[in-house]
Amino acid sequence: MNMAIAACGNMGRRFLRILCRLGDAATLSSASLSLVVNPPWQGRHIVIQMYNIGVGSLMIIALTGTFTGMVLALQGYYTLAKFGSESMLGAGIALAIIRELGPVLGAMMLTARAGSAITAEIGIMRVTEQVDALEMMAINPRARIIMPRIIAATLVLPLLIALFDLIGMGAGYIVGVDLLGVNPGAFIAEMQAKVTTHDINAGWVKAVGFGFLVGVICTYIGYRATPTTEGVGKATTQAVVLSSVGILILDYILTSFFL
Amino acid sequence: MIHCKSLCKKYGSVPALDRVDIHVREHKTTVIMGGSGSGKTTLLRLIAGLEPPTSGEIRYKEEDFVHMPRKRLYELRESMGMVFQYSALLNSLNVYNNVAFTLHEHTDLDEEVIRTIVTMKLEQVGLRGMEHLMPSELSGGMAKRVALARAIAMDPAIVFFDEPTSGLDPISAGVITSLIHNLTEKTHHTSVVVTHDVDAGLSIADHVVLLWQGCVIAEGTADDIRHSADARVKQFIEGSPDGPIPFSRSTTSYVEDLMHKPGTVRLAQ
Repeated sequence: MNMAIAACGNMGRRFLRILCRLGDAATLSSASLSLVVNPPWQGRHIVIQMYNIGVGSLMIIALTGTFTGMVLALQGYYTLAKFGSESMLGAGIALAIIRELGPVLGAMMLTARAGSAITAEIGIMRVTEQVDALEMMAINPRARIIMPRIIAATLVLPLLIALFDLIGMGAGYIVGVDLLGVNPGAFIAEMQAKVTTHDINAGWVKAVGFGFLVGVICTYIGYRATPTTEGVGKATTQAVVLSSVGILILDYILTSFFL
Repeated sequence: MIHCKSLCKKYGSVPALDRVDIHVREHKTTVIMGGSGSGKTTLLRLIAGLEPPTSGEIRYKEEDFVHMPRKRLYELRESMGMVFQYSALLNSLNVYNNVAFTLHEHTDLDEEVIRTIVTMKLEQVGLRGMEHLMPSELSGGMAKRVALARAIAMDPAIVFFDEPTSGLDPISAGVITSLIHNLTEKTHHTSVVVTHDVDAGLSIADHVVLLWQGCVIAEGTADDIRHSADARVKQFIEGSPDGPIPFSRSTTSYVEDLMHKPGTVRLAQ
């Protein structure tokens, strides 16, 4: 009986800790984002972060998009051929990439490449007292460090995902049409007929949502990292894991809205 | 200039400062000394407004520094500078941009004027011509001097120094110490210096505060401290291992543990 009570107590304390951290993350992020409208305007820093996050992620996004499109074409052809519907390959690839794989894989790649870097960078700034130095120089670290990175991630991910989608569909076309012999007219026509504005909007909304989520999680965990080398390492791992899990959970929620 | 009254700080249940009263005098150098873990850096961080106290009062020129709105705090910080223990240079910026940082952020001065100011400040710390170097290319002493140049770039009214000479060779430490001394003597800044370097601290201090276990155990001029009758002060000044301030932080006696704790090797009777 006593063990059961102790176990319940532990679970309760753990749940309260999680709630506290969620509340802290929400408070820190909303307070940071509210500084967008306050002078001094941080536009230059947002652009710098967009460059760091976006341009640095181009290659990995292009590579992931290429192979995703190629694999989808192979798998799709194999499945559709069983029903004699190879002409639907273009629509299948486009819908899968635009609605699901583009946003999710793009966000995962952004987390792995840029999100981890954001957490590590902010964590190291904490370890080396650079955050305190900004405070002492009358620069609000939330306005200078957190807000530009959240906004940059939110703005950049949709652009990266648009690129992912284009490259993925292009790679799917090359494999489907040039290697597997699907009729090019049918490939394009089915793609045009089956992909609607609603599908594209669903992809955009997911991209914006995932970008915001990655930005919030990675900046928060970096900012609250234990200021030790071990703490920064743990924070970076935690940021990648939580962002990836968060992307999948948010993906389910948004997909259920856009069905 | 700064009055602290009954300042207490706890991290969880661990007390770091206990009812500390200190007064930082304008245009003077106040040196806060004490052994490792005595609460010096915590006190400095509270005075600089980097952390709130658990209880107590800090007044900066009669204004309540603890409950001050952030906007007002930032206004005041434009007239403050701080040299951190590990320099805390922004590692994405070179020496020039680190020193010019506050000038770029808080003034509308032309770049030419800023360049002139940065050159002057770097000359003051003996690093003119090093503007292009990145923080990773600097030695510890050079980084400290760049941090000092950055701290005084805006000609602040008060400069905080956290262990400015720790980890430096004697020459670099001497240079930093004389720079701090010159700041107060020639340009009439107010300085608050946290250090456990007794010689350096006493040589530049107008007023000394000695902390032990989060409490002020002595304060006064450097001579007052040198000639204090308090055994703890004497032990600290002389750096003696024997005295009322214990060197060992072990909670139990090692010999007792060896003699009586089960499972440990017994000493020969």
